[in-house]
Formats: sequence, C-alpha cells, structure tokens
Amino acid sequence: MTPSVYDVRSLFFRYGHGRQWVLGDVNLRVTSGEMLGIVGPNGSGKTSLLRLLAKLVRPQQGEITLYGQSLEAEAQHEVARQVAFVPQENQPTFAFSVAETVLMGRYPHRRRSRWDYGFGWDSREDCAIAWKAMTTMDVAHLAERSVTDLSGGERQRAVIARALAQTSKVLLLDEPTAFLDLQHQLEICSVLRSLKEQQGLTIVIVSHDLNLASQYCDRIVMLKEGAVYATGTPRDVLCPEILQTVYGCNVLVDAHPESGLPRITLPRERVHSQPR
Amino acid sequence: MTLSPSPASSWSGRGSDGSSGKPAHVQTAAGDPLLGTAILTLSRWLRVMTILFVTSIILAFLCLQVGTRYIAVGEIVGTLGRALGLVARGDEASMTTDTILLHLRMPRVFLGFVVGSSLASVGVILQALLRNPLADPYILGVSSGSALGVSLAVLFGAGAMAWTIPVLPICGFLGGLLALFVLYRMSATSDRLPVHSVLLAGVILNAIFSALIMFVTSIMEPNRSFSMMTWLMGTLAAPADQTLLIFSIYMTIAVGLLFAQVGVLNIMTLGEESARSLGVDTERAKRNILMISALVTGAVVSLTGMIGFIGMVVPHATRLILGADHRLLLPASALAGGMFLMTADTIARSFFAPSELPVGIITALAGGPFFIYLLMWRKDRLS
Repeated sequence: MTPSVYDVRSLFFRYGHGRQWVLGDVNLRVTSGEMLGIVGPNGSGKTSLLRLLAKLVRPQQGEITLYGQSLEAEAQHEVARQVAFVPQENQPTFAFSVAETVLMGRYPHRRRSRWDYGFGWDSREDCAIAWKAMTTMDVAHLAERSVTDLSGGERQRAVIARALAQTSKVLLLDEPTAFLDLQHQLEICSVLRSLKEQQGLTIVIVSHDLNLASQYCDRIVMLKEGAVYATGTPRDVLCPEILQTVYGCNVLVDAHPESGLPRITLPRERVHSQPR
Repeated sequence: MTLSPSPASSWSGRGSDGSSGKPAHVQTAAGDPLLGTAILTLSRWLRVMTILFVTSIILAFLCLQVGTRYIAVGEIVGTLGRALGLVARGDEASMTTDTILLHLRMPRVFLGFVVGSSLASVGVILQALLRNPLADPYILGVSSGSALGVSLAVLFGAGAMAWTIPVLPICGFLGGLLALFVLYRMSATSDRLPVHSVLLAGVILNAIFSALIMFVTSIMEPNRSFSMMTWLMGTLAAPADQTLLIFSIYMTIAVGLLFAQVGVLNIMTLGEESARSLGVDTERAKRNILMISALVTGAVVSLTGMIGFIGMVVPHATRLILGADHRLLLPASALAGGMFLMTADTIARSFFAPSELPVGIITALAGGPFFIYLLMWRKDRLS
C-alpha cells in the first residue's frame, strides 16, 4: 500500500463562529505520488478544503496529518517547505520580474542570519532551482519581463513555477486552468502530469472542469454540500447517477474517443430533475 | 542580454561577499549566471545605494547654500570645520555665517531629509501591505488621524512644557493607529483588497478626521489656533534643539524597526493567502507593518504637520526606475524621499523670501497632479 501524504479525519470547518458550516465531517486520504481531483458544485467547499490542506485556515474540529505529523503542530514555514499552494487567479499589483517572482518560492528555505538584516540575498542554489522551475514551466525566456505585463497563461505558468521553486513534495492547485484557453489548459495539465510521473510529486487539484479531472486525475473526490459524496477513479465517480444527484441536473456521459475515460456533455435542453 | 549560462561575464563584484564572514553568504549572488539582470543582486544594490547616497550629500550642500543670503560651499565647509573643532574660530562675518548655518539651515535641511525619508518609507510599506500603489499616509487619512491625536493633546495642554514634548508623538501614534485600524477593517472585506475601496475608505476617514481637527482648533484660544493652522499646513520651521533630539531618537528606533520588515515585504505583496502559503506569519507581519507605519507617521506629524503625497510619489517613481524589489525599493525610496522634501523645503523658504510657504503646499502641488495622472492614465496598473 502506498504511504499516505494527507490523512483527513472527521474535519469540520466554517469561516467564523455562528456562520454556516462549509465542511462537515470530511474524511480523506491522499496517497503519495497520485494526482487527486477535488470536484463539486459551487459552494461545496472545494477551495476551503484545499486551503485547509495548506494550513491557510484552521479547522474547528477534526485532524489533518501531513506525512504522519499533525498539521496543527507544524510551523507555517515547515508546512511551506513540504506543500506548495497555487491560488486561484493571481493578479499582481507590482511590477516584479518573472525571475524575482519565481525566486520568492525559495522564501521558506531561506536561512535567516542576523547579518543580512532580513535582506536575504538569493544564493546560487536558489537561483539554480528557480531557473529549473522556470524552464519546466517554459517561462525562462520571460525572466526579465514584468509579471504585470504577462498574458493570463504566462502568468499562471509563472505562479506554478514559483510553487515548483518551493521544491515541495506536494502541490495544491486551485482552478489552475480557469480563465485559460484550450491550448494553455492542455499545456498546464500535461506539465502537471509529467511532474507527477517524473518527479513523483503528489498533486491535489481543485477544478470545475469535470472533463479535465476525468482525463488527468488518478482519483476524484466529489464534494456535495461540504461532505464527500463519492471517492474513486474517474470511471467510478463520474457516472450519470452521481452527477445528477450532486449537480441536480441531467448530463450526458460517454467515453472519451482516445482514452475511453468518462466524458461529460451538457444536454441539448435543460432537463429538470425531480426534487430529491 | 543573454540568458544562457555564461559564468565568466557575470561574476564581477563578488569580492564583497566575504564581508559577512559566513560560508552560507559566500553564495550570495552578485549577477547570477542564470538569472542575470532579471533579479536584484548585491552588486547592483551597492551601486544604486552609493549613487543615491552621494547625490543626497551633494544636494544637501546645494540646499544649504540657498536662502536669504547665499553661502558658498567653501564657507559651509569652513563652518563644519569650526563646529567640529578642526579649524580655529573665525572673524565676525564667519560667526554670522556659522549661526545661520548651524542654527537655521542645517537643522532644517536635516529635518527635511529625515521627514522626507520617513514618509517615503511609510508609503513603501503601506503600499506593500495594502497591495495598492496609491497608498500614502496622507491620502489614506493616517496623517490626519495622527494630527487629530496631536491636536487633542495640545488642547489638553501637552507640548506647553518641555517634559510634555515626548507625549505629542505618542498621541500622534495612537491617532494614526486608530486610522489604520479602521481603514483596514473597512477595506479588507475579503482576502482581496480592491484598490479603489481602500482609497475610498481613506477619503472618508480624512473627511471625518479633518472635521474633528477643525472642531478642536476652533475651540482653542485664538493665538494657539493660529499656530495650529500653520502646523497643519505642513512646515519644517526649525524646531528647538531638544525637540529635534527627541525626534531623532524616536525616528532612529522607528526606522530601524521599519527596515527590519524588508524581508517579508516582497512576499506580502503577493497577497495574504500566498504569503502564508510561503511560510510567512502574515498576522504578525501585518500587525508590525501597521504599528510601524503609525509610529513613524505619528512622530513626523507631531513635529511637521501634514506634509502630503511624498509617500505616494517617491516610492512610485523609484519603483518605475529601480524595480519592485523592496530590498532596494525601501532604502532607495528613503533616500529619494529625503532629497525630495529637502529640495521642496528649500523652494518653500527661498522662493518668496523673506516670507515663507508651508512646504506641504509644495508637495501637494507636485504630488496631486501626479496622483491624478496615475489614477486616470495608468488604469492598467491599478485594476
């Protein structure tokens, strides 16, 4: 059995006291070297779950362990060395160069000494790692360009390069292909796939795009109203019955012409499902 | 430039690396073979800072020359020599020159430089925290918050006696802190801080605080309220030596704390969520930045009143020229801000000599149009 990266046990979460529960009793296991897709309707708690895994927010109840260690007990910079997080849509304000942005990924590894007073000049090693991340994400030629001048696809690649520069074993991505055109979607997905295969990264990806999750993820977790509704391979989870219950509408599911994996298509007319 | 590995050309200026004496820092790249000029390197940092430092000194001498009476550089050097006891005492005429320089112009040029660099530095850290290139302690109402604190203290009798002078910066600090706290609460509705809602919050705060300041001023006795009005317009009129001393001590501590933030500022510009995912304790960083901003603004306002727009104009221009990296942006803006206010004040005190303009008017006249330009024609950068 492959060792688990994350173990999530009976997790409850809400944004502040008295608010509605966002996640209720979530149990989840992420195994080493897999690409896991978290899908579900709007407001089902996908992004919150991802933020919990990165320790950006804390659960009210339940426990998350990362490589057997309680996430609660780990310092934020320790988490940052093991887990890289790519947020949804990242609109930069200031004109940092792409190289500078990617180098920020080295921050959790930076040795702090009293001599440099927090200036933390980038070491040769850091620069080499950043360069490698930039080559992987194909943004090396943009090194001197300002992040504010990049196109959406280039910016997303630069942000993923920053996450790669963290040299963590786990990569969490929130809607990495939203706002991207088809070619860039394909590019990002195949890079993620090859990172998983060549470097053994564990990747958790939140996506609205069921087809993309179907094609690229090893396993899919389907959330419904803050709870895990189904877990399994794309073939198991992305079946018409489950999709209808979770999304409340009929969809067509057939096989992808190349991979044979489930392909989801919207019906020609909206067919209202019966209230459950 | 080429981005292919070319180690030979990129290793100039590496000699300075050994100064820290730590093996880890020997790796400090000065022109990385891979990333080249796309990143800030130590050698570039040293080069830029040296140029700015030398320019500051030259400009200070130029500002010392100008005034109701022109004083040549030779005389200034002579005065400095006499003041330091290197040269024998001079005749009657040089005594007058000494008095003008040591008691009028030098404190004023010094004060202008310190205040200018403090305001520019606060602008830099507020812009980083709020992810808003238009942030400025004056525009966001932090200065008026501080001014309210100070005017309340004056209303209740602080500042009249020598021992109460240190109370004023503290009241300014509390007022500024209140303003920043309300501002942050008002504008941070979610993780994103929309540029315009921050500015709007600042406008509203400014209006409320200004009304309160006017109220406080209007119930003061007339001669006091007149000096309040002059102070509010922003002035660098040479303060008493002991006030200047207290102020300098206060500012040294505050600026020291401010520069200690430089390591997290770059990361904070990515937004709170990303910063935390990179291992930054964002709550602590945020608290530090807000406290230090209020501390510096409070001290500056208590002494020189409302001098606006430096915190916005100077960092913005510096960023356009030198790039966004705060390791260079913060100290470079500090020097540039010092030069800016020093020059503005020299214009203020000499243009209509012997009468004098409040320097706040000059900075606002220079900064206001620049602000409008940024808001209207550079929307691309602000969305």
